[in-house]
Amino acid sequence: MPSFSRVLLGLFCLLVAVLLLAPTLVVIPMSFNGNKSLAFPPDGFSWQWYQNFFTNPDWTTSFTNSLLIALIVAVVATVVGTLAAFGVTRAAGRTGGLLRAILITPMVVPGVVLAIGIYAVYLDTHLVGTVAGFVLAHTMLAIPFVLIAVQASLEVFDRRLETAASSLGANRLTVFRTVTLPLILPGLLSGALFAFITSFDEIIVALFITSPYLKTLPVQIYTSITRDADPTVAAVGTLLFLATSLIIIAGLLFGMRRGRT
Amino acid sequence: MHAPQRSAGAAIEIRKASKHYGIFTALKDIDLHIRPGEFMTLLGPSGSGKTTTLNLIAGFTDISSGTLDIGGKSVTGLPSHKRNIGVVFQHYALFPHMTVGKNVAYPLALRGIKGEDREKRAKRALDMVKMADFAHRYPNELSGGQQQRVALARALVFDPPLLLMDEPLGALDKKLREWLQLEIKRIHRELGTTFVYVTHDQEEALVLSDRIAVFNGGRIEQIGTGRELYDHPATLFVGRFIGESTVLRGAAELSGNDTVMTIGDQKVLAHGRLAGDARPVILLRPERVALKRPGADAVSGENRLSGTIVEAIYLGSASKYEVKLKDGTVAVVRSPLGATDFAIGDVADVAFTPADLILLPDDASADVTLT
Ligand SMILES: Nc1ncnc2c1ncn2[C@@H]1O[C@H](COP(=O)(O)OP(=O)(O)OP(=O)(O)O)[C@@H](O)[C@H]1O
Ligand SMILES: [Mg+2]
Repeated sequence: MPSFSRVLLGLFCLLVAVLLLAPTLVVIPMSFNGNKSLAFPPDGFSWQWYQNFFTNPDWTTSFTNSLLIALIVAVVATVVGTLAAFGVTRAAGRTGGLLRAILITPMVVPGVVLAIGIYAVYLDTHLVGTVAGFVLAHTMLAIPFVLIAVQASLEVFDRRLETAASSLGANRLTVFRTVTLPLILPGLLSGALFAFITSFDEIIVALFITSPYLKTLPVQIYTSITRDADPTVAAVGTLLFLATSLIIIAGLLFGMRRGRT
Repeated sequence: MHAPQRSAGAAIEIRKASKHYGIFTALKDIDLHIRPGEFMTLLGPSGSGKTTTLNLIAGFTDISSGTLDIGGKSVTGLPSHKRNIGVVFQHYALFPHMTVGKNVAYPLALRGIKGEDREKRAKRALDMVKMADFAHRYPNELSGGQQQRVALARALVFDPPLLLMDEPLGALDKKLREWLQLEIKRIHRELGTTFVYVTHDQEEALVLSDRIAVFNGGRIEQIGTGRELYDHPATLFVGRFIGESTVLRGAAELSGNDTVMTIGDQKVLAHGRLAGDARPVILLRPERVALKRPGADAVSGENRLSGTIVEAIYLGSASKYEVKLKDGTVAVVRSPLGATDFAIGDVADVAFTPADLILLPDDASADVTLT
């Protein structure tokens, strides 16, 4: 009976959706807790944890640190990753595949292994606890994401359009600016977004190379939650959830608008 | 009238040009002179080097050896964006992120033409291909034929002295192709631009061209008007590639200044003889031979080969027959309206005078390449 199997399928989807959403749905009520506890269900209602997040310098500086580092990483990783994607896509013969495999290793190697390696090198080069150190480490982690996103765009990009543009009088740079770039822009933007999130989210390497003077938001969340049961982490989580939802919705709307034209 | 400026077409002078890809030779010592304003078609089977030649002219690939002059100047080392040549591709190559209007204005913008002037010239070019009403559409909202007309407008909007087209109608259906052929011909006449056109369709070449260069295996076999190529092919390959034909092969001997070929048990006389010691073959055009009842209507000096009708096709204005000769060759005959009718199975003579046949040196590659 098709209708029965449809109902079953619907129920199953619902179950999966609940499973995926449950942690988020637990965090949101917790962020409005009236007491200083991470108990669920929460006890009473207050905005105090949001207030704490916006006023306590521990939280505000770690947030601005993360934002700054993630923004720089997004820019640097997008530029480097895009150039790498061009090289990989347009290299002759097998070179491309080999280069790609090498460039993607940061995604495959366990985070701790990278973190230990980075920490060891940073100790010698005094990069521990510096913005430059964070940017460098996170860029390395983010490049594979940009590479994959941009390469996917480049693979469907019709190179003959570049030949056509050149015959119409465009030099290499103009061809890139007016034809190639606009057409691979969706891949580039999603690569940049991935790079931003990779850095903003990153905790393992950050725990190794952090210092009391430079903490990122994930590090601050981690130290806060290991020290005491502070519902501010739930408030941060809720805010981040809101921010990412907005970005994704905006992205979808943008994609729909482009898709129509 | 409303077309872009009439421009003086550029001459093209290719001398001893070769193109190698690694050890593979795509073009071997080609010589090609194209006159200003001429419509030249590069015709040949797949892989014969037509696109390679076009790419050399456009500057998309470098010449391996030889010289290439456009408009009297050497363009060696000049990148394609500085050559000022319009190019139309088989796959249209319109920019998908720009409207039709923006696509056509693109080459003008690159040349620093701004504002109203740019709009006007873009509109004039779109008018020429009857696409002005579509200026606000995106390429994916157009049919193939419409896209190709936009591509043509884009390639001509900056008044290039030379337009290159690589099988521009290859992806379109027959009706549309025939209509666009006439459009292209009209535009060529209006503009006076030199057109170089690539196709592997000999009928298209005949419809469009002032002259045709026939390519085979990276060489040019012959350059001439359609009539010259049809009536006086220089090689068996050209004779077979242009139009329909029947090839007769047999033992040949010389008799004075004539050649006599034995086909089956009958003899065919051809005036003249081939230079050198090449094996001669005889090429017959379907409309230059007549089909006659055995022994009837003899004309003095004519050659006759007897055979059996194996196929009879009524074409309206003519009838086409296939006649199996005694040696097994199938001859194609086209009889005008009003000639004697034959049915499949009839015995008939294929009759032609020495002036109606073409004597050529044999060339095994002509058979291989065409099948
Ligand atoms: N980049 C390349 N590398 C190696 N060989 C090539 C390259 N481009 C073309 N060739 C070879 O050169 C020969 C001529 O190619 P070309 O594209 O000029 O043929 P064509 O006459 O345009 O054929 P078609 O009608 O199929 O388009 C072919 O054998 C082709 O395989
Ligand atoms: Mg080709």
